[in-house]
Amino acid sequence: MFKYFQPNRIFSITSKAPKYVFILFVIVLSIGLVEALILSPEDYKQSHSVRIMYVHVPAAWITLGIFSSMTLLSVIGYIFKIRNFFLISKSLAASGLVFNIIALVTGSIWGKPTWGTWWAWDARITSMLILSLFYIMYLLVWRIYKDDEKAFKISSIITILGIINVPIIKYSVDWWNTLHQSSSINILSKSSIHSSMLLPLVIMTAAFALFSLLIFLMKYNTELIKIKNKGLDRL
Amino acid sequence: MINEILFMDGYGIYVWSAFIFTCLSFTSLYTITKIQYTREKKKFIAKFGTLESEKAAFAKSQTINKEILSNPSGI
Repeated sequence: MFKYFQPNRIFSITSKAPKYVFILFVIVLSIGLVEALILSPEDYKQSHSVRIMYVHVPAAWITLGIFSSMTLLSVIGYIFKIRNFFLISKSLAASGLVFNIIALVTGSIWGKPTWGTWWAWDARITSMLILSLFYIMYLLVWRIYKDDEKAFKISSIITILGIINVPIIKYSVDWWNTLHQSSSINILSKSSIHSSMLLPLVIMTAAFALFSLLIFLMKYNTELIKIKNKGLDRL
Repeated sequence: MINEILFMDGYGIYVWSAFIFTCLSFTSLYTITKIQYTREKKKFIAKFGTLESEKAAFAKSQTINKEILSNPSGI
């Protein structure tokens, strides 16, 4: 099954896909922005500041999703010695870090009108900050170590250590008394968010997911060309 | 209408700064990624140009190399 993940097989797709993903991203983002900034209603408590949710929450979801995927890919890649999985994981990391920073900064901006402070060392915010440190460490490993085998090993260890933090982020609002509100959207039980707010949130999440896919494809293609550059040197 | 969207009952500064920060982050990440891609591709094309005809023919027989050379922009 893993032979289908060979770079030679999928480069013909990944090299053509970015332009289509980009067009789709622009369309979905435009709809999402109109919904988020104009059509969606204000909150009865938070007024218009609730609109920050439409960038803050998707960014947080996607950074957590990317880190979880990176861990899974690194572990499988390490066990089965699939180099391509490390390339995919490495190509995902940059957008994961940027989404993490967006979640932290927009959360901080949202905190000022809602809590009266830009920052609080509460469990959710601190654990998100720790996640960004894991992203930075992961990216630094690929910069520091030129030996791929060593980089594979150390980056896998970082993702395995970092994944411990992911359930802490998710459940921090339930386990501790935090300023951060508890989850409004649940897959297994009824969500407490109104459909008029859920719709822009879903559209913006789709737009952010498309953007991360776009960056991933561009990064992945760059990594493949780098490998091919080395291949030309050996000819 | 325009004033309402801009000022949002005094919350406009927070809402717009959050959206503008996100937009700037997206633009920066996209630009950096695009520059890295273009740089690697230029390097590949330059190296390919210096290959002897026999080696170039061999390299061109690989599908992935053909794809890199035929795909002008990457996006």
